[in-house]
Amino acid sequence: MRAIAAIARKDLLVELRTKESVPAMALFAVTTFVIFHFGLDRDRLEGELAAGVLWVTLLFAAILGINRLFVAEREQGGFDGILMAPIERTSLLLAKAGALLVYLVALELIALPVFALFFIEEGFWEAVPRLAAVILLADLGLAFVGAMLASIAVHTRARDLLLPILLLPLTVPVVIGAAAATKPLLSVPLETSGVGKWLAVLALYDLVFGLLAYAVFDFLMED
Amino acid sequence: MAVEPATDPARDAERLSPAEDAITLAGVVRRYGERAALHNVSLRVRAGTTLAVFGPNGAGKTTLLRMLATLLVPHEGEVTVLGHRLPRDAHLVRPRIGLLAHDPLLYHDLSARENLRFYARLYDVPEADARIAHLLETTGMTARADEPVRNLSRGMAQRIGICRAVLHRPEVVLLDEPRAHLDPEAAAMAEPLIGAAAGVTRVLVTHEIEHGLTEADRVLGLRDGAVLIDAPAAQLDASQVRRLYGVTA
Amino acid sequence: MLLTTAIALVFFYAPNDADQGFVQKIFYVHVPLAIVALIGFVAAGVMGVMHLRTRDDRWDQRSYVAIHMGVIFGVGVLATGAIWARASWGKWWVWDEPTLVSFLIVFLLYVTYYPLRYSIEDPQRRARYASVFAITAGAFVPINFIAVRLAESLVHPRVLNQTAGDMPGEMRLTFLVALAGMALLYIALVKLELTSKHARYELRRLRRLLEEEDRPSGAAAQPIATVPAKPN
Repeated sequence: MRAIAAIARKDLLVELRTKESVPAMALFAVTTFVIFHFGLDRDRLEGELAAGVLWVTLLFAAILGINRLFVAEREQGGFDGILMAPIERTSLLLAKAGALLVYLVALELIALPVFALFFIEEGFWEAVPRLAAVILLADLGLAFVGAMLASIAVHTRARDLLLPILLLPLTVPVVIGAAAATKPLLSVPLETSGVGKWLAVLALYDLVFGLLAYAVFDFLMED
Repeated sequence: MAVEPATDPARDAERLSPAEDAITLAGVVRRYGERAALHNVSLRVRAGTTLAVFGPNGAGKTTLLRMLATLLVPHEGEVTVLGHRLPRDAHLVRPRIGLLAHDPLLYHDLSARENLRFYARLYDVPEADARIAHLLETTGMTARADEPVRNLSRGMAQRIGICRAVLHRPEVVLLDEPRAHLDPEAAAMAEPLIGAAAGVTRVLVTHEIEHGLTEADRVLGLRDGAVLIDAPAAQLDASQVRRLYGVTA
Repeated sequence: MLLTTAIALVFFYAPNDADQGFVQKIFYVHVPLAIVALIGFVAAGVMGVMHLRTRDDRWDQRSYVAIHMGVIFGVGVLATGAIWARASWGKWWVWDEPTLVSFLIVFLLYVTYYPLRYSIEDPQRRARYASVFAITAGAFVPINFIAVRLAESLVHPRVLNQTAGDMPGEMRLTFLVALAGMALLYIALVKLELTSKHARYELRRLRRLLEEEDRPSGAAAQPIATVPAKPN
């Protein structure tokens, strides 16, 4: 527990100082929204189109952050330092997943209002509480799978290329669940039916892959 | 002068007496694909003594050191450090060993002090701030301890690396060419921490033959993963060690 | 021998229902291919677990071959699926069929297995990471299937289930035989490739053992000075 906090704290401190990941992710998201505006030639979105644009953008922005997750450890030799320390190695996974979760939430705090500003005409504020639940569950899944895949990709040669192609198929259920749950929330008029089912799907995904990542991480770290 | 904080009595009780072996390897094999990086390596290091490891590049010296540091597992054979079998009891060994290699293992965007605090948390070092202050002072880095490591020269980063390696007062110190990137003044400053006077068991990988022979109690010579020299330093001379490198002079 | 039996089985029964029409015949190839491929993928995940537990590289070999065959069968699945779609709906690809769509996603995931293996140089690490991938992807197959099925069921009717659901007796029999034939084909191909891989592995292992034994007599390996430490 102490180790998880120490590593997460170190990561957040570095991020605060270098401002490397979150601003890039946020900028990417906002720019992508603009591109969608032109690409779809739409001034406003609702329902499934809105949900789709939102989640595709968030997912691709997340990839930017996930790519950087273990780079400092790899390039600055910190892996050895952490692996030699008298801590549970899964602490590293949990710390990184936690840090990633923080980055994603920060991303969403910026991207979501901008998205509403650009595309949503009405009913956004009513949707926010339930939307937050969807986002949180989706983020949890992305955090675990992202951290695990990042730790794999960082040891390979073409890590920037390998991570997205590994991550995207694996996160299809998250996109399916999140978009399907978001669709009624962004519909005009707002609906809430059916959201529960998809929250359950997201929760199942989080559980399975969270446990899986935790179980295999030691094998990934050993040499 | 920062006061050196008190040592941990519980740990002291566990320390080995000089008569015991701090490190034992028996028939250790480590492969890299088809090749054997270490082949049938056996050695013994008594507590409090220094083992110098010589050998040309690719001989397996770094592999050996990383295995002792619990970063690599043996594929065959037995490794025992401080009475504990690796890799089974690696978690018991880790708090008591320290590694200093080519990479100081520091995060560039954090300061020396922040880096050391991070490691102090990982190792649960008691009275961390005082210990860090003491180490910074000993290595002459107090003045620049709060700048990002990125701004420091290689030599200074190496000094901080030394602090990191001994931060948790390890009983076994593993050194991979520690004097590389250190000027003579810094090397002198590091002496009480990683030199013979530190009173810890040391495994020293070095290319400086004369220096190694002076520092060591025993010498291990590796070549292509095999042990060619395993003798007390007093019974060896430099020419024998040089033969390891294929130099016949 | 197993191979010939398998192929014979598959082809023998196919003409059995020439009267059912072209579309149906594809069905007997497409669905067994998919089922066998998916089971193969999940089995590869189990082999991955075995590899991590036993550290025996042969499990990694088995896992690799299982996935390799699964991907090849997967190409067959997508190809026959496209043919079927064209025959049934006039388009080469349809999103209506959740099993086909979820299979596509699984296929895309397993294709990344190759670049992953290729981009890791350390052989031990490569095998370990491949096993982790096999386990993760194996766990993904059912979850993905659930998610896609839930998604598609909202809008589109499920064709496959209806077809499979009310199969008359002889169609069911043919289907089961085709399934068995496909499974046998898969196992035969896997065994074939494994045997050749295993032979190469054993050859290398023996060669390595010979080399290690030869070492003491090599001139370069003469000890220079060995004075063993006295026991305490």
